[in-house]
Amino acid sequence: MSADPFAAPPAANGRAPDVFKRGGWVPMRQYGEDEAVDFAVVGTGAGGGPLICGLAEGGFSVVGFDAGPYFRPLEDFASDEREQDKLYWTDERVVDGANPITMGGKNSGKAVGGSTVHFAMVSLRFRPEWFKSRSALGYGADWPLNWREMWQYYTKAEKALSISGPLSYPWGPKRPRYPYRAHELNGAAELLARGAEAMGLKWTPTQLATVSAPHRKSPPCVYRGFCRFGCSTNAKQSQLVTFIPRALQAGAEIRDLAMVGRIEIGPDGRATGVHYHREGRWRFQKARNVAVAGYAIETPRLLLASATDKFPDGLANSSGLVGKNLMTQSNQAVFGTMAQEVRWNKGPPSLSITEHWNYDDGKDFAGGYCWMAQGPLPVEWVTIQTSSRGLWGQALRDEMEKYNHQVGLKMVGEMLPDECNRVTLADQKDQYGLRVARVTYSWGDNDKALIQHALGQMQTSLEAVGATNIFRQEDDTNHLAGTARMGDDPATRW
Amino acid sequence: MADRYPGYDVLSKRWTESWNETTRQVIDRRLSVPRQARFFSAAEWRTLSAVCDRIMPQPKDRPPVPLPAYVDQKIAAGLLDGYRYAQMPPQGEAWQRGLAALDRAAQDAHGGRFHVLPPDQQDGLLRRMQQGELTGEAWGGMPCKLFFERRVIPDITQAYYTHPVAWNEIGFGGPASPRGYVRMGLDRRDPWEAAEANTGERAHARRKNNRVG
Repeated sequence: MSADPFAAPPAANGRAPDVFKRGGWVPMRQYGEDEAVDFAVVGTGAGGGPLICGLAEGGFSVVGFDAGPYFRPLEDFASDEREQDKLYWTDERVVDGANPITMGGKNSGKAVGGSTVHFAMVSLRFRPEWFKSRSALGYGADWPLNWREMWQYYTKAEKALSISGPLSYPWGPKRPRYPYRAHELNGAAELLARGAEAMGLKWTPTQLATVSAPHRKSPPCVYRGFCRFGCSTNAKQSQLVTFIPRALQAGAEIRDLAMVGRIEIGPDGRATGVHYHREGRWRFQKARNVAVAGYAIETPRLLLASATDKFPDGLANSSGLVGKNLMTQSNQAVFGTMAQEVRWNKGPPSLSITEHWNYDDGKDFAGGYCWMAQGPLPVEWVTIQTSSRGLWGQALRDEMEKYNHQVGLKMVGEMLPDECNRVTLADQKDQYGLRVARVTYSWGDNDKALIQHALGQMQTSLEAVGATNIFRQEDDTNHLAGTARMGDDPATRW
Repeated sequence: MADRYPGYDVLSKRWTESWNETTRQVIDRRLSVPRQARFFSAAEWRTLSAVCDRIMPQPKDRPPVPLPAYVDQKIAAGLLDGYRYAQMPPQGEAWQRGLAALDRAAQDAHGGRFHVLPPDQQDGLLRRMQQGELTGEAWGGMPCKLFFERRVIPDITQAYYTHPVAWNEIGFGGPASPRGYVRMGLDRRDPWEAAEANTGERAHARRKNNRVG
């Protein structure tokens, strides 16, 4: 292992880690703190990464801040579930509500590259109707975006990340071919396909952000199955190995281990820079513009924590909506045991998918879901066994022994926005002296109806392939959205 | 089935393409965890050890996976989960309070501390904790059910399945970096994966398992 990326920020002295080379470096432009940069971008994940890159390539001076370390996957990533907890945002957050969200590894990254370093690489597109779901489908809210505009960005992103996927996609309007061929199915993915076909449902190999052939310096995926714990070969197209290196080449600076705690506002009401904690003390970077790309918890936390006399409710919050309408996605599952050896941990965890959009078939709930094949590693698997079935002792040991025969289907479902589901600031402070986020969440009746419908469908599918000993994981969520809502009208948006 | 993967030892792959240097160092550190408490008192350690023995009973014919040491290490090293239920205190405090309350419940019900009780009485108390039936001042407002579900169970059972001995029992391939897998379909096994002993094939499986490294 090289120097500890947590000990001191590696991105310094005019260079940043070369993520493609053990011990390697690439040159990095650096900006003085008193020199107002065009943009300070808070967060280097799925939102911040392309933004930093695009701004730098557009000729702007830009500094990207991340609270997490700057890893070189080839030497810093162990092939181990527990060790790789270091990729997650494990700082304390208080959770409450009727259905508190399990934070941490399920949904929050803390590293240069953000959550894309550990995400499962599933790269779906929104269906057109979702952009106007209130007007077109009667639920949720309309987006201030046209689906065609967004679909052009999908095409660009899929090309930039060399997404592997099927030649033709079974649902929705025609889309371009995926740039790289689909990955082969593992046993768990085959069983999803068989079950879907038995039910008369369409299925497809999942479109994934791990390359099926070489791409620049990324070698093809070798099916290690540790995708959610960081890809140690760089096959996964995370921000860390795609847009961030491009951004550096274009003259952006990345400041790692740099926790932004407050945005400074000038007398004219505009941002003048960010206060950030790095190497044991608070610092200030001047900036003409500040972009906050910290995901659904840290973004509202920073906006709320930056309240001033002029903006007592926090920044960008004249609407009072900052922190509200937090959304997660239902992530329930059905598991069973096969006579065959499935060995579901081989390869990416979600190699096949069936989407269920449920708009025209008379269901009594709004929204849709998909389900995907599963391949949890032992620590996650024991967590599912204990939390879903209440097992412990010898009974737990006996069930765990069936590991190589397990099969599972896991949904990703829409949950509806609700202002009561929200992020606020708790009184407790974290290691930086900042108030921690309080995350409040309760499922609505529609959410529960959708979940039960999906569980029933997934169970039917598992029964159709001959799985036995079937059980349901009723309580799980994944992915985050909301809390910094877009709008059509500048007068009400902020 | 006891010994489902006869002769399989994931550690025999340590010097193969399945383990990189970073992984070797991480697993070495895990196997050499100090066996004594850094966070817990001696009394708490005894109760914790007894709880571990019931939550994850281990075979007597091998050294046990040092579960109390892993629970202690997580707290002492300040490794957090990323969230805390509003009704729960921080993890170290939750464990201390929960263990003390369990001892109190053991005294009240059976007249002795938890670790001296016979296994069936211990299991009975743990089941009552799981059902949310233990109450009293010693809990200090912490719901015993949440303590069971969010501290006792994950901290002990997750620690167990981070250990190579546990991987051997379930036939998990273990570390896979840089080498992943090649034979992906149903009922396919790569030569570096554990071979399962089906009826009458134990010797055959053992030979295969002796060659995974």
